[in-house]
Amino acid sequence: MRHGVARFVTGFLALPVALYLFYVVWPFVQAAGYSLTDWGGYSNSQRFVGLDNYVRLLSDELIRKAFWHNVFFLVTVPLFTIALALFLAFLLNVGGREDRAGIRGVFGSALYKVIFFFPQVLSLVVIAVMWQQIYRTDSQGLINGLLIKIGLVDADNPIAFTADPEPFLGIPAVLWWLLLIAVWSGAGFYMVLFSAAMQSIPKDIYEAAILDGAGRFDTFFRVTLPLLRDTISVAWVYLGFIALDMYALVFVMTPSQGGPNHASEIFASVIQFNAFQKGQFGYACAIAVALAIFTILLAAVQLRITRRERIEF
Amino acid sequence: MSVTPENLGDLSRRTLLQRAAAAGLLAVPAMGVLSACAGSEPEKSDTGGGAKSKDNPFGVKDGSAVKVVVFNGGLGDQWAKEDKVIFSAKHPNVTVNMSSTQKIKTEEQPKMATQPSDLVMNSGADMMDRSTLINEGAIEPLDDLLTAPAWDSEGTVADSLLPGTVTDGTQNGKFYVVNVAYTVWGNWYNAALFKKEGWQAPTTWEEFFALAPKIKNKGMAPYVHDAVHGYYPRWALMASIWKTAGKQVVVDIDNLKENAWKADGVVKALEPWEKLVKDKLLLPGKLDHTQSQQAFLDGKAAFIQVGTWLKNEMAATIPPGFELTLSDYWHNADDKTPKDVFASSGEGFVVPSKAPNKEAAKEFLRAMLSKAGSAKFAELTKSLASTKGSGDNVQDTALASANALMKNGGSELISVKFQDFYADLDKESQNLSEELMAGRLTAQQFVDKMQAAADKVAKDSSIKKQTRTA
Repeated sequence: MRHGVARFVTGFLALPVALYLFYVVWPFVQAAGYSLTDWGGYSNSQRFVGLDNYVRLLSDELIRKAFWHNVFFLVTVPLFTIALALFLAFLLNVGGREDRAGIRGVFGSALYKVIFFFPQVLSLVVIAVMWQQIYRTDSQGLINGLLIKIGLVDADNPIAFTADPEPFLGIPAVLWWLLLIAVWSGAGFYMVLFSAAMQSIPKDIYEAAILDGAGRFDTFFRVTLPLLRDTISVAWVYLGFIALDMYALVFVMTPSQGGPNHASEIFASVIQFNAFQKGQFGYACAIAVALAIFTILLAAVQLRITRRERIEF
Repeated sequence: MSVTPENLGDLSRRTLLQRAAAAGLLAVPAMGVLSACAGSEPEKSDTGGGAKSKDNPFGVKDGSAVKVVVFNGGLGDQWAKEDKVIFSAKHPNVTVNMSSTQKIKTEEQPKMATQPSDLVMNSGADMMDRSTLINEGAIEPLDDLLTAPAWDSEGTVADSLLPGTVTDGTQNGKFYVVNVAYTVWGNWYNAALFKKEGWQAPTTWEEFFALAPKIKNKGMAPYVHDAVHGYYPRWALMASIWKTAGKQVVVDIDNLKENAWKADGVVKALEPWEKLVKDKLLLPGKLDHTQSQQAFLDGKAAFIQVGTWLKNEMAATIPPGFELTLSDYWHNADDKTPKDVFASSGEGFVVPSKAPNKEAAKEFLRAMLSKAGSAKFAELTKSLASTKGSGDNVQDTALASANALMKNGGSELISVKFQDFYADLDKESQNLSEELMAGRLTAQQFVDKMQAAADKVAKDSSIKKQTRTA
């Protein structure tokens, strides 16, 4: 009988597994294979060059630059997105009416939830095009226009946003402006995720805390945050992946796709340039493989650091 | 095709994304299709064999049919329909099946190996890669078209073409691509406004810098440029280098000759641009191509530099009474070649090697390059055709001024190749051009950084080197 089950299951799974191997795993293997060649991308011929591409990668200035920009996003995107999402979720679920009985969100929280979640239903390209108008660099832009009208910005020297490579806190300004969009568009989703997690925390824990005289601050840091650890750790890993990508925003928003003058270069933009503009697919594959290894390592490390004993409730 | 003005002009971020995706998706299947095509011998055409004569140099057979595919982009497709009328007047018994599309590669590439159209306009965002087509033997050399007598003028077809057109369509010593449009670059201004204010359009930098304060007094910025796509300012910078330092310096730059950027005159050519930025003669803001063009049309800036597609691209928003006029890039008093004009041909037609009726396809090209056909092209698209004299009878300030510029130009056309040769240098020069125009680099720093970038490419053994002779 057990034998029959195994055959039944195998029969069912064979096709999906085959499709998965062919369309998902095989391209990865192929990319790894191409990374050892000097394939140009538009012909059938390629030469095996061993690890040359990887050696070259280590001394590539552009990749070093891209690496640090990716690290910047890797730190800031999860940090700011999770902080903002947690803050919003707390306000919407347990932040209201500190002085009265019952645990609820601030007034109108149902409406806020919809508003905050809204960016999530837009595609990233729509978001980017919309922010292009907001970030327009003359008085017709939403932000510049407003600030010029109230006299905070000089009309002869408007904010250049994504065309500005000047450093702010040591990081090119363009990266901060891109970060703002990434956080804006991501916070809504994680707010909903954290809301769901918060709602599954039993109300009596909060009630007990309030009876003991805990304010909003204490309830958040002593009750909510520890009980959300698992959810936050998942969000952290997931946002890490998003931060390593950032491709669409850089591609659509910045001059010369990674500019001005390489100030917003990231892994993905370097891969795109090497593969499609330079016609060095082999090298681009090597960068992609390096990125994949980096991503997997990162996820492993993050999950290990955040692993703790579960609290059952 | 060397330059496709509509592509550059229409280069929105959305099309870029689509193109990047399409390039990725198509690279692999395209190889299969094209290699299949190269592997087998083209079938013998059964429609040729008509009697050859001066009026019918390719021997088009009566009763045959020819399929023509036109790219329906920024130039529209009405001009091609006029060519059909011209063709049919001479060959009433040849059926012309004309269709227009924006998806050239999507629709034509799969047919290249089996039953392609006879004449394909390979243009737009979805165009087939020219080098691949040639290397795979998928398109026909058209050298016999050049030596054929012109449709309605003296001499051969080659004689009737504007300078550069044959070179632009030639690869590996053979002529493959017939570019029908001609683009001229320079500084645009509103002649009506200049007349009203009593301003004289400058031809030299000295005149421009003398005029600039007067323009500023009217609350206008003297100059605006695309501050997002670096190849826009690069046209102007390279044109200045050519004019000031002479052709050989640009040829040396293209050939990665040692210290080519450090040659006499290069820094001097860029110093007026540095001054233009330092004197705050630019419109504030980092506008992209359509935003800057609109700012110019709205009267916020007196000059903008782009190519002749400007009129078509902005047709919907040009205010009434605006006399769009093209003038040459400004030069210095002691420049080496001050009168050379920046111009080149684009919008290329190709004849697939397996086309069933190549004779009629070539004959159709001959009709297209006729005086009558090119005059219609200029009239309908407000752009010059690559045939000489196409703009002579058109009453349009934009076209007439471009036409005049070509006629009064120097002996050579300004052409720069390094950006087509080397992607690295292309990107670096775009970045640095914008940095110069943003005032973050001086002319000297720009030159030093370009030299460093060129040296890096010259030393990089993974990059295939190319040279230009002329």
